[in-house]
Amino acid sequence: MGDRRMTQPMIQMENAQLHYKIGNAISAMMGLPSTVKAVDGVTLTLNKGESVGLLGESGCGKTSMGRILVRLEEVTGGSARFDGQEIKDLSGDELRSFRSRSQMIFQNPFDAVNPRYSIRKTLEEPLANARIPRDEWHTRVIDALELVGLGDPKQFLERYPHQLSGGQLQRVVMARALILQPEFVVADEPVSMLDVSVRAGVLNVFRDVRDRLGLTAIYISHDLALVRYVCDRTIVMYLGRIMEDGPTEDIVHAPLHPYSQALVAAVPTPHVDQSHDPLPIGSGAPDPRNPPSGCVFRDRCPRAQTRCADEVPMPRPIGTRRVACHFAEE
Amino acid sequence: MPDTSVKATSSGIARIFEAIKLPVGDPFALAGLIIYALFIFTAIAAPLIAPYDPTEILYTEDYDLASDLLPGEEGHILGTTSLGRDIFSQIVWGARSALLVGFTAAFMVAFIGSVVGLLAGYFGGRVDAFLMRLADVAFGIPFLPFVIVISAFSEPSIWNTVIAMALVLWRDTGRVIRSQVLSLRSRGYVEAARVVGSSDLKIILRHITPNILPLSFLYGSIAIGWAILTEASISFLGFGDPDAISWGFMLQDAFASQALARQAYHWFIPPGLAIILVVSAGFFISRGYENLLFPKLGR
Repeated sequence: MGDRRMTQPMIQMENAQLHYKIGNAISAMMGLPSTVKAVDGVTLTLNKGESVGLLGESGCGKTSMGRILVRLEEVTGGSARFDGQEIKDLSGDELRSFRSRSQMIFQNPFDAVNPRYSIRKTLEEPLANARIPRDEWHTRVIDALELVGLGDPKQFLERYPHQLSGGQLQRVVMARALILQPEFVVADEPVSMLDVSVRAGVLNVFRDVRDRLGLTAIYISHDLALVRYVCDRTIVMYLGRIMEDGPTEDIVHAPLHPYSQALVAAVPTPHVDQSHDPLPIGSGAPDPRNPPSGCVFRDRCPRAQTRCADEVPMPRPIGTRRVACHFAEE
Repeated sequence: MPDTSVKATSSGIARIFEAIKLPVGDPFALAGLIIYALFIFTAIAAPLIAPYDPTEILYTEDYDLASDLLPGEEGHILGTTSLGRDIFSQIVWGARSALLVGFTAAFMVAFIGSVVGLLAGYFGGRVDAFLMRLADVAFGIPFLPFVIVISAFSEPSIWNTVIAMALVLWRDTGRVIRSQVLSLRSRGYVEAARVVGSSDLKIILRHITPNILPLSFLYGSIAIGWAILTEASISFLGFGDPDAISWGFMLQDAFASQALARQAYHWFIPPGLAIILVVSAGFFISRGYENLLFPKLGR
C-alpha cells in the first residue's frame, strides 16, 4: 500500500483562518481595526510523506499555520484537517492519539525545555502521556537520543538543559518530538537560534530522520536557502496568505509571484564586494492589523494596478504551481 | 515498583525545598529567619517556658492578690497585671496565638491566591474574567472594618482574623501570580508540554507551579505580619477572644487598666516589642525573597 500511502492527504486546510481579536470597545468605536489576520483563507493539501517549506518574512503567519496544525491554536474559520479529522474538534482518545501522531520542533531550544527537568525527564514526558509501559521508557529514550545523533546517550540522561550546548539541546527537542514515532512534524525554524557552525549538523539530522521515518513535515523558515536544502516543495506566504506554492527548484529558478521574485533576489551572494541589485519591492513592512484592500501585497508590488486594489487574487494553478497574482503570466 | 515511587516523592519534596530557597544570603533576611526560629520555638515550647498559666490569677505568699507587681518582684520576670496575671507567661503564650494566626492566615492567603492566580492565568477567558471580578470586589472591601463586622457577627475568636484574611487578602497574591502565569503560559516548554499531550493539570502542577512557588512564599511571608498586626488591632479594639491570650489582648488589657497613666511600661512595651519584632522579621524575610526573585532591583 506504499503507493496509496503517498497520495493520501495527511493535512488538508480549506480556507483556514486564524483571526485574533485586538483592541477594545473604544478602539472599535474609533474605527480602528479589531482583528489581526494571522492566517487568512489558506487552502492547502499535504500528502503523506511529503515535506514542504513554509517561507515568508516574520509576521507572515507561517508560525501560526504550524501552530494550528499541532493544535496550539484553533482555526477561527474554515477548516484544518489531520488525516481526515478536523483538528479543533478532537477530544479524548482521538486527541491523545493526535498528540502522539503530530509533533512540533520548536524554534528556541533554550526555551523549549523545562530548565528544571533533566534530559531523561524531558523525554519521558511524552511517553507517560501516551501511556507507554514504564519498562519501555529507558530503551525508547536511548533510541530517540541516538536517532538525533547524540552519541553516547547515557551521559546526557541526567544532565540539565543549562549543561548542554544549543545544538545538543535542539537535538533533545527533536528527540522529544520524535520519541512517539509521529507521522507529521512541524519544524518551526529549528536552526535559527543556533550558531551557524552547528546548523548543518542539526539540519542533516532533521533530513535524515524525516527520510528514514517517512515523515510528513512542514519546515518553517524565512531563509530560502535552508528551505531549498530541506524541502522539495515550497509555499511562500505573505500576510497570512499563500502567494506561491510549488516545487522548490521551480520557485528558486523562476519565481512567478512578484513577492517570491523579491525573496529570491534577496538571498545574499557570497561575493562581499559585489553590489546588490536593489530589491524590486518597496521596503516598508506592512501593518498586519491594517492590510491593503484586494491583494495584500499590492502596496509593495512593482506590478500593482487598479485591479489589484479591487480584487483579491486567489491562488490559481499555473503549470506545477499555484500562484496568487493577477499578472503571474506576464 | 514501590521503591521508585518513594524515591520520586522524596525527590519531589527536595525539589519543593529547592524551589522555596530560603534567602539566607541576605543579612536582613537571615536576622528575620533567626527571629522567626526563636518565636516558633517559644510558641511550641510555651508550656515549658512559661512559669505560670497566663490566665491564672496569682496570689503572693501572704495570700494577697499579686497585682501590679514590678519586674523582678516575687520572682515575676516582667511583673504582673492588675488582675494578678504573670506578664512574661502571657508574652510566651501570646507567641503561640500570634504564630497560629500568622501561619494559618499566611497559608490561606498564599494558597487561595496561588490557586486563583493559576486558574485565572492559565485558563484565561471566562474563568479569568470571573475570578478577576471577584478580586475586584475583594479589593473594594476595606479590610479592618470587614474583620470587625465578621467578629461582631460571630463568636469572638482569633480565627475571625484568619477567615477575614482568607476572604479578602488573596486578591494581591492572586493578581500577581496570575500575571506571572500569563507569561509562563507562553513559554516554549509549556507549549511543548501541550504538544506532547500533557494535560492542563499536569502542565499547571509540573511546569508552572514550581516557578510561582517563590512568589507564593513571598506573599505568604508578608501575610504573616499582616495577620499578626490585624489580630492585634482587633484585640486592641476589643473584638478579640477574651480567653485567648494574644499580644493584642495584652495591649488592650493594659490600655483598659490605664497602665500608661500608672507608668507600668513593663506591661505594654514587651507585647508591643514582640509584635514589632515578628512583623518586621516577616518583612525582612519577604525582602530577602524579593532580592532573590528580582535580583535587578538591588537595594
